[in-house]
Amino acid sequence: MADKRLAAEQSFMAALKETIRTNMRQYTMIAALLIIWVIFSSLTNGLFLTPRNLSNLFLQMVTIGIMTSGMMMVMVTCHIDLSVGSLCGTLGACVAFLMVNMGLSPFITIPITLILGLCVGAWHGYWVAFRGVPGFIVTLASMIAFKGVTLLVTNGKTIGEFPPFFKSIGQGYIPRLFSSEGSPHDLTIIIFAVLLLAFLVSNMRRRSKRIKNGFVVLPMSLEILKMVIVSAGIIAVCLILASWRGIPYAMLVLGCTVSIFIVITTRTPFGRHVYAVGGNLEAAKLSGIDTKKTLFVVFLLQGLLVSIAATVFTARLNAATVSAGTLFELETIAGCIIGGTSTTGGIGTVFGAIIGALVMASLDNGMSLMNVPIMWQYMVKGAILLFAVWVDLAIKQK
Amino acid sequence: MALDDVDFTVKEGEIHALVGENGAGKSTLMKVLSGVYPYGTYSGDIVINGNVVKLGSIKDGEKASVVVIYQELSLIKYMNVCENIFLGNEIVERGLINWDESFIRANKALKDVNLNINPSTLTINLGVGTQQLVEIAKALTKEARLLVLDEPTSSLTETEIENLFQILRQLKAKGMTCIFISHKLKEVFEIADRVTVLCDGRTRGTFEASELTEGKLISLMVGRELTQRFPTASHTAGETALEISNWTVINPEVPDKKALDDIHFFSRQGEILGIAGLMGAGRTELFLSILGAWGRKVSGEVKLFGKPVNTRSPSTVIGEGIAYLTEDRKAKGLVLIDNVRDNMALASLSKRLNNGLIDQDEELREVEKTIEDLSIKTPTVEQLVKNLSGGNQQKTVLGKWLMTEPKVLILDEPTRGIDVGAKYEIYTIMHRLVERGISIIMISSELPEILGMSDRIVVIREGKVAGELLRDEATQEKIIAYATGGM
Repeated sequence: MADKRLAAEQSFMAALKETIRTNMRQYTMIAALLIIWVIFSSLTNGLFLTPRNLSNLFLQMVTIGIMTSGMMMVMVTCHIDLSVGSLCGTLGACVAFLMVNMGLSPFITIPITLILGLCVGAWHGYWVAFRGVPGFIVTLASMIAFKGVTLLVTNGKTIGEFPPFFKSIGQGYIPRLFSSEGSPHDLTIIIFAVLLLAFLVSNMRRRSKRIKNGFVVLPMSLEILKMVIVSAGIIAVCLILASWRGIPYAMLVLGCTVSIFIVITTRTPFGRHVYAVGGNLEAAKLSGIDTKKTLFVVFLLQGLLVSIAATVFTARLNAATVSAGTLFELETIAGCIIGGTSTTGGIGTVFGAIIGALVMASLDNGMSLMNVPIMWQYMVKGAILLFAVWVDLAIKQK
Repeated sequence: MALDDVDFTVKEGEIHALVGENGAGKSTLMKVLSGVYPYGTYSGDIVINGNVVKLGSIKDGEKASVVVIYQELSLIKYMNVCENIFLGNEIVERGLINWDESFIRANKALKDVNLNINPSTLTINLGVGTQQLVEIAKALTKEARLLVLDEPTSSLTETEIENLFQILRQLKAKGMTCIFISHKLKEVFEIADRVTVLCDGRTRGTFEASELTEGKLISLMVGRELTQRFPTASHTAGETALEISNWTVINPEVPDKKALDDIHFFSRQGEILGIAGLMGAGRTELFLSILGAWGRKVSGEVKLFGKPVNTRSPSTVIGEGIAYLTEDRKAKGLVLIDNVRDNMALASLSKRLNNGLIDQDEELREVEKTIEDLSIKTPTVEQLVKNLSGGNQQKTVLGKWLMTEPKVLILDEPTRGIDVGAKYEIYTIMHRLVERGISIIMISSELPEILGMSDRIVVIREGKVAGELLRDEATQEKIIAYATGGM
């Protein structure tokens, strides 16, 4: 016990070093994101960092962002899901078909879409977990097959114009309470204020509970520094959104799914099982984990997330097209990898994957602002992916 | 030091058996002979036909006409027999492989080992016995003069063993020299002309097989000095905890042989049951199959405190209160890329749920308590287990199982690869657990450990219970006699 007490009393600098060392990955990722933002800002004469553009950027990354949480879990189990783009297109087509061709209301269409997503997830999970077919093959098959399903559902045409309510899921912003157009968005500020307060209170409560239980905690000074930095981040995002049009509904969806998946991966036995299965399948099995069930549920959840992403994406486009979703699988996988998900399984976080998705979206957005021709955009994105993984490996080997 | 002052001579054209118990140094010696441990890593000379040879690699070994056939067959499953025979030794003409010539020579080599198969048969379609003969054929195409066979009979059936021995005698008649490594005494007496006994890395002498008796051979094999110290404790055995009866299991890869054959034994609360036997006797497989993680069960029943246990999968068995610490902690016990906390909590996550979520404070408290209890040396619970020493890794796995609050704790080679101090600590912990009423089953290949720790000893030989000994009557000789079938 004596050395623990010592640890609790260690100096501010030592604790700071220790914290930075253990969270190195996450900090470098956030730093990389900020550097990219600064570079684009200077290349676009500040256009990149305007509230309008950043709000737009957040909207653009929602679809990929939702899918990265699931992809991250799939990759942690040593599999991969190549079908997300294709499936996203198919489910979008289903949404459009149900609403436009069959005239169903969004309140019936959305649940049906989510159920369809779960069914596809169960289908993948069945083959991977209980039939032992590698995820790569199962989802490659789906990737091809769902292209056909999309063509079948859309009949090769664009289906479009959705009811305003549905459209707002992808394009709309939460309403204002009292403030008028042009002044800061009041409901956004209220929501963020509640979030901020909740963060501060829960953080302090947790701290005092851990002290009571005799655990090692960060020195108070460092704890305050941490709270200041996180608060600053929350306030910054709040100001960006509030000075434009407020929180987009789509971001609300992303925020909820990400929070839920952070809890699932860090706080539930299932989440821990996912990491154990990917880290050492044999040890997981001999620790009494039902590895097949774990794999099945991972793919099931992935199906659900793709259906949510497809709903938001289709609403944003306000139409379902034959080519919708093309290359989403690669964007999603790239986001996960840039966000620190190991390609050999066992390592990855939802938070990192979201930052990775944000990096990919920032590259898209920034280069579009600069009017970089699309061919160069692809090449730059490819190069950055390779570079990011190399940097990661180089750091790890040190 | 794995080998110390080894000295023996093999005559041309004889079958020379090399015997010794687990850890006597047989495998190391063989690796020196074949060039796996190159010249310079050992001191001493290897003399072949009067010349001192310096083997720098396996290739050098083969040039000196020494070919080793390992216990785990090294044929590539999805290649055909001919490709396997010439793998790494291809017959090349102008940069291309001459397949016609390869097939002709492969056919001839196969005839020499009485195999009547087409060289284009895929290896995966052959039984283990046939694969063994293909390995010998492969050695023949390399023009081997000295064939070293490491435990060649361990996964063969009776008829396959007969067949193998007949072929070895034929090869001997043609002038081939064989070193036959085994710990099955019956086979040694059947096939060997002379026998060299290894013990504790030293040669205890070479004898004409005809001059030896089983009893004399056993007394030569044991005699390892019991220098290691064990903590003393007296246990009082209580209720029967785990009871195994009629346990018969088949290895799906060797379907015509019972891997475990009608096994009966029981363990009691408050005692350590030692499971002794030679490598490959089926001890690990026995417990993996009880866990539902190995083989195809033919018959048998597992009871825990009189209640039948469903052995369908590890999760159901572990849920009943049976914990199994694997022999290979890195490959099967730990998630090396995870930290101490995640590893220790892994098997008991569902014990600490609060509204479906893991109670992290409760988890941390239990992990820290266990770390203290087992005095695991780690800077923080966030330390990655791959950075811990072997002893602390082992204690981490042990901690994982103690957190499940097991009634029966099965320890498979609990002190393998850890230093003396950590060993002693683990022994002390074992005694403490037994006093708490846990029933411990310890599988060990170290005879001193079995004798020093067990209250009762069950010896397994070739998938069967060969005998049971009480602490007071157990001696190295008796265990070895049961384990080798020398009784």
